[in-house]
Amino acid sequence: MSDPILTLAGVHTNIAQYHILQGVDLVVPRAQVTMLLGRNGVGKTTTLRTVMGHWRASGGTITLDGMDITQLPTSAIARMGVGYVPENMGIFSDLTVEENMVLAACRGKPDPARLDWLFTVFPPLKTFWRGQAGTLSGGQKQMLSIARAMIEERRLYLIDEPTKGLAPAIIATMARALRELKDQGSSLLLVEQNFAVARALGDAAVVMDDGRVIWAGEMAELARDAGLQERLMGLNVQAEG
Amino acid sequence: MIVKLLSGDLPRSTVLAVILGLVFIALAFAPFLFPGVRSVDTAARICVFIVLVASYDLMLGYGGIVSFAHTMFFGMGAYGVALSSTNMGRGWDAMLTGSLTGALAAAALAFLIGLFSLRVRAIFFAMITLAVASAVAVLVSQLSSITGGEDGLTYLIPRELTPAFRFGDSFLGANLNGRLLAYYLVFSGALLLFLILLRVVNSPFGRVLQAIRENDFRAEAVGFRVVAYRTGATCISAAVAALAGSLYAIWLRYVGPDTVLSFDIMIDILLMVVIGGMGTMYGAVIGATLLVLAQNYLQGIMGTASRAVEGLPILPDLLDPDRWLLWLGVLFVLSIYFFPTGVVGRLRMQR
Amino acid sequence: MTHAPEHAPRMAQAALRDRLAPLIPFALVPLLVVAGLIAIPSTSSWLTLTVSGLAMGMMIFIMASGMTLVFGLMDVINFGHGVFISVGAFIGITVLLMLGHMTQAPSLLLNLTAMLVAVIAAMLATGALGWAFERVIVKPVYGAHLKQILVTMGGLIVVEQLIIVLWGPEEIFLTRPEALKGAVTFWGAAVEKYRLVAVGLGLVLFLAMRHVLRHTKVGLIVRAGVENGEMVEALGYRLRLVFVGVFIAGSALAGLGGVLWGLYQEVITAHMGQQIMVLIFIVVIIGGLGSVEGCFIGALLVGLMQNYVAFLEPKLALISNIGLMVAILMWRPQGMIPVVKAK
Repeated sequence: MSDPILTLAGVHTNIAQYHILQGVDLVVPRAQVTMLLGRNGVGKTTTLRTVMGHWRASGGTITLDGMDITQLPTSAIARMGVGYVPENMGIFSDLTVEENMVLAACRGKPDPARLDWLFTVFPPLKTFWRGQAGTLSGGQKQMLSIARAMIEERRLYLIDEPTKGLAPAIIATMARALRELKDQGSSLLLVEQNFAVARALGDAAVVMDDGRVIWAGEMAELARDAGLQERLMGLNVQAEG
Repeated sequence: MIVKLLSGDLPRSTVLAVILGLVFIALAFAPFLFPGVRSVDTAARICVFIVLVASYDLMLGYGGIVSFAHTMFFGMGAYGVALSSTNMGRGWDAMLTGSLTGALAAAALAFLIGLFSLRVRAIFFAMITLAVASAVAVLVSQLSSITGGEDGLTYLIPRELTPAFRFGDSFLGANLNGRLLAYYLVFSGALLLFLILLRVVNSPFGRVLQAIRENDFRAEAVGFRVVAYRTGATCISAAVAALAGSLYAIWLRYVGPDTVLSFDIMIDILLMVVIGGMGTMYGAVIGATLLVLAQNYLQGIMGTASRAVEGLPILPDLLDPDRWLLWLGVLFVLSIYFFPTGVVGRLRMQR
Repeated sequence: MTHAPEHAPRMAQAALRDRLAPLIPFALVPLLVVAGLIAIPSTSSWLTLTVSGLAMGMMIFIMASGMTLVFGLMDVINFGHGVFISVGAFIGITVLLMLGHMTQAPSLLLNLTAMLVAVIAAMLATGALGWAFERVIVKPVYGAHLKQILVTMGGLIVVEQLIIVLWGPEEIFLTRPEALKGAVTFWGAAVEKYRLVAVGLGLVLFLAMRHVLRHTKVGLIVRAGVENGEMVEALGYRLRLVFVGVFIAGSALAGLGGVLWGLYQEVITAHMGQQIMVLIFIVVIIGGLGSVEGCFIGALLVGLMQNYVAFLEPKLALISNIGLMVAILMWRPQGMIPVVKAK
């Protein structure tokens, strides 16, 4: 934890008259998978959006790889090497799968070797390469969204609920893809409601409630302690876990 | 009593109250205070425009909808009176029929336009009204057999409202003739319509409308049918604008595309609303009074200024009396940026 | 661009009806042309009208395309777009009048050079004006439609008045360059040369725009930005820059359209832009706000409709376009090619 890739210190975010993030302190260690957990509406998505600069933090600092990015515009943050998969996937449905991927490679053209690797991870992308992204199924869109983030090597991946609403077989594909990223030594910050997935992938865990971080530590520690889970995230965790 | 007449919507600023009082007195006694054809004419024009602008504000300031067809509705009322007076012959019945038909037709057209555009997006409304209004203006000038085309229509109004009808000698400098009665018809009609509008915006309907303007998503979520409310506001606004047009037609005894349909009037209305203050009925009073007076006197001032800088490059052209719209346009843009609540908002803030 | 798939995508699951639905708008133009053929008794008049309808449609498209893209990208509605048309026309025509010796010479090359100079001058001027307009008038009111409409309308009034200050209140009459005067005859129908040029130019511009939008990265950014600007930024692109670029390009195209329109009408006035805006609004609404293809189809429909109806029943020409708009909105309330917006 000595050299974190991303640090949030006392970050506040206001959306209209609502004070959503109320001083978030969060550390994402390098080359690890950090799971951002918590009940619905506690500010997990807002945290990711604030890091991306979609919402401007009204207080606190966000540091990426030692550089203060709190006031940077979204595009600059992305160009520093942050791959972002938003909650709604952000697919350009009017564009083809290919065009979505070309656009995602913001430094130039997609690297063919990397593309081949992505095709093996997400075979449907190859099948529907020339098809309109809007006609893909929900799971395929999620694959495309994650593949877009992976098309170039990033310093940090921010992924918001990659398994939401997906069939178990597709969840397995997602988990495999994320594990490959992890094995390559990438740093990930994942919002995840599915505790099984979180437990399987996570190295570290951060739990939020009411716009603040209420617990941070090893994923393994949280996974062991059912009482802690219940206290931090409510009852539904047991049923899913 | 006064509070009730004003529907509980008081000026909420001493300065504003005094100004409004002065405007009211000036208009109520205009024929006696400012005798003379031209000044009474100006007073009548102010009365009509107060109603016209207030009805526009119901849509823009309270409903948050931009329309460019307000002159069309205004014109429908005016042409209603003109056509009925031409075809039914001179008489009170013709005047009344024309006014009511015009108002109903305007409301019906507003309903149709609202149905088509507000259902989708509020900005469609602005574009579609602009298109429809210009098409109607072209149509009116082309269908000359009915509307008199570019020349317009001249018609007779009831004898009791014409200068030929005399009921006494002059009193305090004003001639006691039908023209005086016509002025008071315009004045009381305008006053009545204004009070009705004040009642509308302070009714539960008006409050919902303002809630929609603030946040239409939330209003929809709370369960208000946004489109229905907006369409309703549009219809009321159109009907009142048409009635203002009828009053104007009665006063002028003439209608033509330039006087009641031209886009210039639409620009005047926009300026009056913005400068007076959007979202307050009293803004209409201030805006209409200021601008009608300015139009009458500003051009003279600009003429003087233009002559003063004669010989310099461009400046005389910029200050040419015909370029007053240029300066009003600049004023308009500046007031939207720096002065969005208009004169009324400013006065209320100072309290 | 990159790897080709080994086998064709299997996208045939969608029902035939669903797959045909997006294509219907494209069939409307030929349908209207056929309807015109049936309604208009003389084939030669029909041909003349069709060409002028297409010419008019192409010019409207050139002027309207920028506006629809500006809306699609940043949700900015520019009611002042019409001034770029007027300013373009005045600058372009002034240049043409100054180059009178070139336009009056019976040499196609000299004529075209003069036109090119005029068009470039007009586009540079309106592009620059567009840039200023964006910074001064539009930028402070991002995200507030009501203010946008009012402020851009105010900007329109001011610039129109400035045109009158600079060029005087009178309309300016002009004649086309020598080579573009007169008509050619096809199958007994006289077709003005200039209209053919307008059709050709419009078509070239449409295809060029389509190419840029489909096959360049900037085009991809624009198309993606129309749907979800936030995500485009999250992929590392500065959408605001692209938007300003589109605004400038759209203004320059409007200026080009103004020159073409001026030569078409052979008269220009300060209010011409405002008058054309009425048609432009109809076009972008029926096309689907934000859709370039919809704008193109809409413009052709409006141009043809206007010309056919003006021939059959002159008084109904403008009303017919309102009728067209009503009919299309009843069929598709968001316009012919609705633009997907991510929420």
